Amino acid sequence: MTSLAGYLVLSAMLFAIGLAGALTRRNAIIVLIGIELMLNAANLNFIAFWRFSEHPEALTGIMFVIFSIGVAAAEAAVGLALIIAIYRHYKTTNVDEVNSLKG
Amino acid sequence: MTLPFLIVAALTIAAAVAAMTLRNLVHCSLALVGAFVGLAAAYLQLDAQFVGFAQVLVYVGAVAILIVFAVLLTRGGEAPAGTVFSSSWKWGALVAAVVFGLLAWAIKNSFASDRRPTPQVEATVKQIGEALMTKFVLPLEVIGLLLTAALIGAVIIAMRDEAKSK
Repeated sequence: MTSLAGYLVLSAMLFAIGLAGALTRRNAIIVLIGIELMLNAANLNFIAFWRFSEHPEALTGIMFVIFSIGVAAAEAAVGLALIIAIYRHYKTTNVDEVNSLKG
Repeated sequence: MTLPFLIVAALTIAAAVAAMTLRNLVHCSLALVGAFVGLAAAYLQLDAQFVGFAQVLVYVGAVAILIVFAVLLTRGGEAPAGTVFSSSWKWGALVAAVVFGLLAWAIKNSFASDRRPTPQVEATVKQIGEALMTKFVLPLEVIGLLLTAALIGAVIIAMRDEAKSK
């Protein structure tokens, strides 16, 4: 079986890719996709640490990931609703042009 | 490192890079589905079957479809004419590279390299259900409340402002 470090490095790479996407792209939807990737990288860390822990029968890692998936689903719904509201107001989803709170 | 892990890791990373770099937003969403499926496969390799199937159901089934809906509602289906990167993309790429370097350095110098997995881990759906109904019942109720609030909030935010549009 692969060592714990392999899964942690995979998770770190996913997090860095998501962070790069969220910080460099212009479209707000891609920024949200990057945030989703970062959340998933954190979930992979939880599962990897649970599998390699001393007491996996306590199921804490699995429980945390289940609740984290629920919160991420709520976050995606609210985030996409915000993007649609912004698009309706500014007629764009370019984050460079959305630069004032009181439009 | 075993061969199945390397295949899954390579597919996941390639799909994630494609999701972040492709020009067309619909292609980005499809690549994102590939990354989610790769992560579900990694969960299955780690003996977390229920989480793997929940990942497929929630992310591939719901979140990816939601993103495709948002792409189509904001007319992002056609690729933009100019650059797809923001004005400050150099700093963003630098920050991401530094974060990955720091994380990789910390993992290399930690106890994680020589950690052995616990043999014979069992996390059946029955055990997870019993834990959800006994030890974790309060978080379960809170997550239900949060999902209801998010549902109502998303509808209210995205609802057309009738008074203004008339």
